[in-house]
Amino acid sequence: MRIKIEQKILAKNEDFASANRKYFKRNNILCINMISSPGSGKTTILEQTAKALKNKLNIAVIEGDLYTEYDADRIRKTGLQAVQIETKGACHLSAEQITKAFHKLDAEKLDVLVIENVGNLVCPSDFDLGELRRVVVLSTAEGDDKCAKYPGSFAQADVLLINKMDIAKHVDFKISKAKRDARKLNKQLKIFEISAKTTAGMDKWFNWLLKSCKELRK
Amino acid sequence: MHEAMVAENIIESILSQVPSKKGRVVRVVISCGQMNALNDEAMEFAFEAAAEGTICKGAKLKIKHIPLKAKCKTCGKKFDYDLYEPQCPRCGKSDFDIGEDAPLLLEEIEFEVH
Ligand SMILES: Nc1nc2c(ncn2[C@@H]2O[C@H](COP(=O)(O)OP(=O)(O)O)[C@@H](O)[C@H]2O)c(=O)[nH]1
Ligand SMILES: [Mg+2]
Ligand SMILES: [Zn+2]
Repeated sequence: MRIKIEQKILAKNEDFASANRKYFKRNNILCINMISSPGSGKTTILEQTAKALKNKLNIAVIEGDLYTEYDADRIRKTGLQAVQIETKGACHLSAEQITKAFHKLDAEKLDVLVIENVGNLVCPSDFDLGELRRVVVLSTAEGDDKCAKYPGSFAQADVLLINKMDIAKHVDFKISKAKRDARKLNKQLKIFEISAKTTAGMDKWFNWLLKSCKELRK
Repeated sequence: MHEAMVAENIIESILSQVPSKKGRVVRVVISCGQMNALNDEAMEFAFEAAAEGTICKGAKLKIKHIPLKAKCKTCGKKFDYDLYEPQCPRCGKSDFDIGEDAPLLLEEIEFEVH
């Protein structure tokens, strides 16, 4: 006996994701899902962003890691609110975890919520968290071929931050190759070349955040 | 890597839909797109593990990969978009409208009543 089912396999995640998205839109909260390999510099980028923008925007962070509160502690030191999710081995965050973690934050007057996803370029890209924008980070030390090798992450992002530009020449990173591959997958992708260590190039990223918040409130 | 989680979702969904416990599932058909592409081998392995101890044990899993449709903005040609070689097969230009990627879908199952 054949039984037609036609059901989305990740339906439960999608239900939570659409509820999250609705909430973020209604309350003008720019929710960003930040995806990258471990060590590309996500937390460092957020620390610098906090320093530069904390008088202009009210930012909160949800940190996803397999284990530890390390990253949430780093963010709290900058004066921002942060909640840590420990996935205990799971390779990605789910929309339901975001719903729960968000309740632990003071959402009053929040402008931006950044979710630092579990370090992994493969799995998180399949799981909608209900974010309004997706940002993928690639650091030069990982090599300029990663956009082509992990298409899912780059094809579905709004912004690509190419980090650790300060060491690009030492690791033979060809910026033109990385950009060309990324653009092939995604014509609309905004690409910013930055160094979270020196903050070089980060102005464009800060401006993008400010502009996106303004657009949301329109 | 998250194939295990996908497999558990499939089994859960099947168990909540089969008409009776007096039988077994012999075949499961799922489909995925290009962005959410599943690795066939990892998926089969994960499915087998998740099916253990349920009426899905031993069921054959079929995974359909649904192409991503694109239309060339220059010449109008409709074609299957290749993530790795995104080019119009007719005119060679790479400016196109890309359709929506297929979701991860549990399509149908074959159930054997005993
Ligand atoms: N040279 C250099 N190192 C960086 C830069 N950004 C981050 N790092 C270093 O890279 C390592 C990983 O950074 P972290 O922010 O923890 O990465 P995450 O795992 O993506 O959150 C740390 O030792 C940082 O100091 C950068 O722009 N240049
Ligand atoms: Mg981190
Ligand atoms: Zn064409």
